[in-house]
Amino acid sequence: MEAEAELERLVVALATALRAAGVVVPVGAVIAFARAIGALAPTEPAGLYWAGRATLICHREDLEAYDAVFAGLFGSLPPPRLPAARPRLVTVAAAGEGAVPGADAAGARLGAYSHSERLWQEDFARYGEREWDEAKLLIDRLRAPLQLRSSRRLKRARRPGRVDLARTVRQALAHDGEALLSSYLVGGERPRRLVFLLDISGSMKPYARAFLRLAHAATAARGPRQVETFVLGTRLTRLTRPLSERDPDEAFEAIGRTAPDWYGGTRLGDGLAAFNSGFGARGVARGAIVVFVSDGWERGDPALLGSEMARLARLAHRVVWVNPHQASPGYEPLAAGMAAALPHVDDFVAGHSLGSLEELIELLGQPARVVAGGRGGSRVAIR
Amino acid sequence: MAASDPQERAFAGVEELEAALDAAGYLADEGLATAVFLALELRRPLFLEGEAGVGKTEVAKALSTVTGGELLRLQCYEGIGLAQAAYEWDYARQLLHLRATEATGGSARQAEDELYSERFLVRRPLLLALEERSGPVPVLLVDEVDRADDEFEAFLLEILSEWAVSIPELGTIRAARPPVVVLTSNRTRDVHDALKRRCLYHWVDHPAFEREVEILRRRAPGVGEALARQVAAAAGRLRRLGLYKPPGVAEAIDWAGAVVALGRSELDPKTATVTLGAVLKYQEDQERARAAGLETLIDAAVEGGG
Ligand SMILES: Nc1ncnc2c1ncn2[C@@H]1O[C@H](COP(=O)(O)OP(=O)(O)OP(=O)(O)O)[C@@H](O)[C@H]1O
Ligand SMILES: [Mg+2]
Repeated sequence: MEAEAELERLVVALATALRAAGVVVPVGAVIAFARAIGALAPTEPAGLYWAGRATLICHREDLEAYDAVFAGLFGSLPPPRLPAARPRLVTVAAAGEGAVPGADAAGARLGAYSHSERLWQEDFARYGEREWDEAKLLIDRLRAPLQLRSSRRLKRARRPGRVDLARTVRQALAHDGEALLSSYLVGGERPRRLVFLLDISGSMKPYARAFLRLAHAATAARGPRQVETFVLGTRLTRLTRPLSERDPDEAFEAIGRTAPDWYGGTRLGDGLAAFNSGFGARGVARGAIVVFVSDGWERGDPALLGSEMARLARLAHRVVWVNPHQASPGYEPLAAGMAAALPHVDDFVAGHSLGSLEELIELLGQPARVVAGGRGGSRVAIR
Repeated sequence: MAASDPQERAFAGVEELEAALDAAGYLADEGLATAVFLALELRRPLFLEGEAGVGKTEVAKALSTVTGGELLRLQCYEGIGLAQAAYEWDYARQLLHLRATEATGGSARQAEDELYSERFLVRRPLLLALEERSGPVPVLLVDEVDRADDEFEAFLLEILSEWAVSIPELGTIRAARPPVVVLTSNRTRDVHDALKRRCLYHWVDHPAFEREVEILRRRAPGVGEALARQVAAAAGRLRRLGLYKPPGVAEAIDWAGAVVALGRSELDPKTATVTLGAVLKYQEDQERARAAGLETLIDAAVEGGG
């Protein structure tokens, strides 16, 4: 039937446009959407809008993109229905020509989203304010992949087996049954804490805000007890508390109030020493995954940085060094600080673009590996 | 499909369902009503996410009234497991039984086999929701699933996909007719995508101004039109302050109730100041509201409406 084919095209167009806007839309969701339309038999765009929202979207963060895409296809969003209008009869004309615009309209609008693909690879240092305005929202979205994954455990839920009652009955009776019950209690696996150490010296200026935004997304995804953030300037400042503000812009305002010394010189070794003997020793870094974001340009003594890195490596489960300058053509980890730190690093990765942030997140979900250190191909020794 | 089942109440469309929820005391907006309608039609669980007090839990209660299905509530918390959610064996009674058998010289082996029969099984909401019954299917409310850990999420996902629980000692209990399921989350933690994708998703927002006025009129005893409008407007403005816990509908209801309890019928800055604890439950939020200029905010709300 004509109308059916039309709807089908529309379903696909909406899903395609959403994907182009960066929303993850699995095939199962598209099928659910089609079924929802079947059940609802919408005769006005509002029904379509809500059916799509309920089936294609599963994150609040994606609602904005959904609205934009929907408005792009239909010219506008369905007007909200007022409560006063509630007990009325449905008096809507049957869907006909023009009531449901075709998929062609989608094509014209898609161009608007394709430049976000370019944005994905662009170096943060080359961003203008417009790019940043868009990118920061994309970083907020990285929240979803930062969630703790449990795909391994999703396969099979644990079930208690049959208790050997005969063997434990005497013991249990002596303890009011306590012993029996405790044999069923299974301890859950605790996720590893994530610790961000961000270098905020002058040379890191184009990158710092992106990583702070990422730290915010991580904190929002896992909670402030699971994610700690510190910045290293001429001194160490803990930003965990301000970053736990839910709204990113509020978080940045709050950071402003804690007044870290932005974009001055760095003494990475001193800052790291302060971290190690303070928060680090008190348990923040113990067993954690530490993400150290810095280009390794050290104003202080590289030897100190080296020995403090060794200390950090002993405390932490894993140390990932992110160097935004690593992607620059011809970069070699020659900065004296960088060279001193490398032997104590598990992973050495770039961090200059949205794409590399995404790779970093993926890496955080994997076991430690040895990574080639920049273009020169010098391998990072694993400790 | 649910609609063709003679034991189920079927709704001709979203508006009919909306009217039924309304009659049950719940004022749903179009988006929520559509999601609920689809959940019933497609027999797919409904995942409701939103700030505290926006009316998520209440949806399941109203739905139970509307469909006539029994409400089975499972409150989640950290560490919740199979025993609290689905079933467990009644150890105390098993032990008694075993001891009685031993005392009367019965065979321990035989007694042990009897231990895992239905009479020693304690049924929890998930199992109850799947068991055979006559009449409308139950409404299973899995409340605040974000508080459970992800192992439990995995278990839930399995149940909501298979509509079955397997008890090693007894076999598999499979639902002939899947229950209506509502899951809620306050987002204290993000729930795994796989579970959300199994469901229809709806973000429950704070109600629009006019709707909140109507909710207040219905739910807060003794609250007149003028006060309802003032409280709804002021609550709306407080929500924009970026508080740690922005007031939900529940708090707005409490607030209006507190004003009435003081014998007032209008919200003025002074009344608002003394009743602030009813709407903002955290000291920090109260301070923040005061620092942001509570009196001006109230004046503006009373004059400007939503
Ligand atoms: N749309 C509505 N219609 C009628 N009453 C509502 C509505 N929304 C909220 N309420 C009222 O607000 C109260 C709080 O709602 P409810 O407990 O369902 O919120 P919740 O979202 O589950 O909150 P929490 O996250 O704190 O559990 C309810 O008892 C009900 O009186
Ligand atoms: Mg609730």
